[in-house]
Amino acid sequence: MKKSVLHVLFVFFVFFSFFAFSIAVNAAPIPVAEINPGYVYIGPVGDGGWTYMQDEGRRAVDAAFPGLKSTIVESVGEGPESVPVMERLIRQNKSKLIFAGSFGYMDYVEEVAKKYPDTIFMHVSGYKRADNVGTMFGRMYQPRYLSGLVAGKVTQSGNIGYVAAHPIPEVIRMINAFTLGVRKTNPGATVKVIWLFSWFDPGKEKEAAKALIDSGCDVLAMHADTGAVAQAAEEAKTYVIGYNNDMSQYAPTMHLTAPIWDWEKLFSPIVKQVADGTWKSEAIWWGMKEGAVDLAPFGPAVPEDVRKLVAAEKADIISGKQAVFTGPIKDQSGTVKIKQGETMSDDDIWSMGWFVEGVLGEVPK
Amino acid sequence: METLLPIFVAAVRSGTPILYATLGEILTEKAGVMNLGLEGIMLMGALSGFAASLWGGSPLIGLAAAFAVGACLGLIHAFLSVTLGSNQVVCGLAMTMFGGGASALAGRSYIGMTIPGLDSWSIPVISKLPVIGRIFFSQDIMVYASFALVFLMMFFLHRTRPGMNLRAAGDNPKAADAMGLPVAGIRYLYTVIGAGLVALGGAYMSVVYNKFWAEGMTAGRGWIAVAMVIFAIWNPLQAALGAYLFGGVETFQLRLQAAGARVPAPLLMMLPYLMTILVLLFISAGKGHKVSLSAPAALGIPFYREERE
Repeated sequence: MKKSVLHVLFVFFVFFSFFAFSIAVNAAPIPVAEINPGYVYIGPVGDGGWTYMQDEGRRAVDAAFPGLKSTIVESVGEGPESVPVMERLIRQNKSKLIFAGSFGYMDYVEEVAKKYPDTIFMHVSGYKRADNVGTMFGRMYQPRYLSGLVAGKVTQSGNIGYVAAHPIPEVIRMINAFTLGVRKTNPGATVKVIWLFSWFDPGKEKEAAKALIDSGCDVLAMHADTGAVAQAAEEAKTYVIGYNNDMSQYAPTMHLTAPIWDWEKLFSPIVKQVADGTWKSEAIWWGMKEGAVDLAPFGPAVPEDVRKLVAAEKADIISGKQAVFTGPIKDQSGTVKIKQGETMSDDDIWSMGWFVEGVLGEVPK
Repeated sequence: METLLPIFVAAVRSGTPILYATLGEILTEKAGVMNLGLEGIMLMGALSGFAASLWGGSPLIGLAAAFAVGACLGLIHAFLSVTLGSNQVVCGLAMTMFGGGASALAGRSYIGMTIPGLDSWSIPVISKLPVIGRIFFSQDIMVYASFALVFLMMFFLHRTRPGMNLRAAGDNPKAADAMGLPVAGIRYLYTVIGAGLVALGGAYMSVVYNKFWAEGMTAGRGWIAVAMVIFAIWNPLQAALGAYLFGGVETFQLRLQAAGARVPAPLLMMLPYLMTILVLLFISAGKGHKVSLSAPAALGIPFYREERE
């Protein structure tokens, strides 16, 4: 009697494990030449920033997988107009894998993914997943924090400026991580924020940088898409920290460093998994450990002791010994938000909507 | 005053690209041709200005090249709208798309490069004047050239024979034709020169203001110039006022943020647009008699000599 129950259980177990296995590996291996990855970009490849770096990543992936034929679509709006773009990639280019390169595509990826269950979608910076939709992003706040350490050491006046694009959690998170770094090396320093309400407007970015320099800032950081801030800083002989890619060509003497992307490290494993048939839907949020984000080489103005300090902190972040958002962290009013010894959860980091102590400026409502 | 001064300096600086584009379009529209392709022409001007500065080794070569490229685009627009008599709105939109796309394609290899560009040059003596000296005479030669252009255009349009001929072609081409004026030729000429000036506005972005090229770097300034023409009711002096106002509001809100003031920035940013809408309302309500007098009566209407009504 007992034995027969065990037998039945065993059969069930085998059956279900097979079933579970077939779900986990829902994609059969696809020959590299048939993946035809499609990349949907928010901006033009020529923006010299966000989209430019994604395309650099794509090129590296194409070079790494002989026979891979990728297709890009540039300047795709974050609205319903992205739906036919993705459908065309699937139907005409026979894309089995689609990378959607910006947050605003989220709902449209969801919609198209339902219609084409055999296509795999990877959505950059979103949080909605499905059987055939995964999400991916880099922990850019890690190198941001490290660049803050540099800014805090280099500033003389203790006034640091920050040109920021839009008041969304991603940008706020960066400002916070940067400020935590600044205050670690320079507890009295402040970070003044100017909002552009635009990702891309070189004229306005430059004007914002000049406004910050005129108000007494001696180090600038930025979160926008062009090198205009770096150029304004070079002209005024003010130190600057770039973003997206190494911006030292815009500020050869004043560029300190820059938090930079390496999208190849994010794209490449996905292509490999799809080719091997091992891809499964998950939330990828890779940091300096995986190489998805990093710091650009230091400029000539960064002193040796600062280089050593940053190298040590970087090693601690990579080994997991230290997390950026570890208490005590106070908000602007001085209230303790994260207690001593506590570390923020990924979900809380992801949805940050408040500024830490030391930031001057406010999150527009 | 010391705190306000940088705002005015920045207002002139960031208003200048819009001013060039607006002046160019006023010239073209006064002759009766509407060119909505400003954004595209500005981008082509920005790219060619940057590329020519890079290869020619001088920002002046870049600016000259930008004018030439703009003039060529103006020639295309003139051919389409004057000779072929096609819909000018559609042609203009096509020019915007063409300029945006072509400059992006041709500009790929220039991404990430920088040029020394045109530096500011204070005019001796008068730049020492209090306030005005800092605001108007401590800029760069493109700014000074735009001052001259404003007054030159004022004089030309209202005080010279060719200027009157130009306005006649835009107001009443039939009468101009009866007077023996070459209407098509006049329209060709000022569409070409106007587009050249528009391209100079674009080149100001890539050669003087930001000394690099980035795709779509004019970021909508061409469209602002289109609206600015109406805001200025086709008057060059008012165009300067409007352009500086627009540049001023933009820098003002950025500097307010830097000063820590709690004024909602989006509110300030919409001010110039709001004022343009108000002026448009004013015109369409028919109340502004002077306004409707300034508008070229035959704007956007192709002229055929053989046609009789």
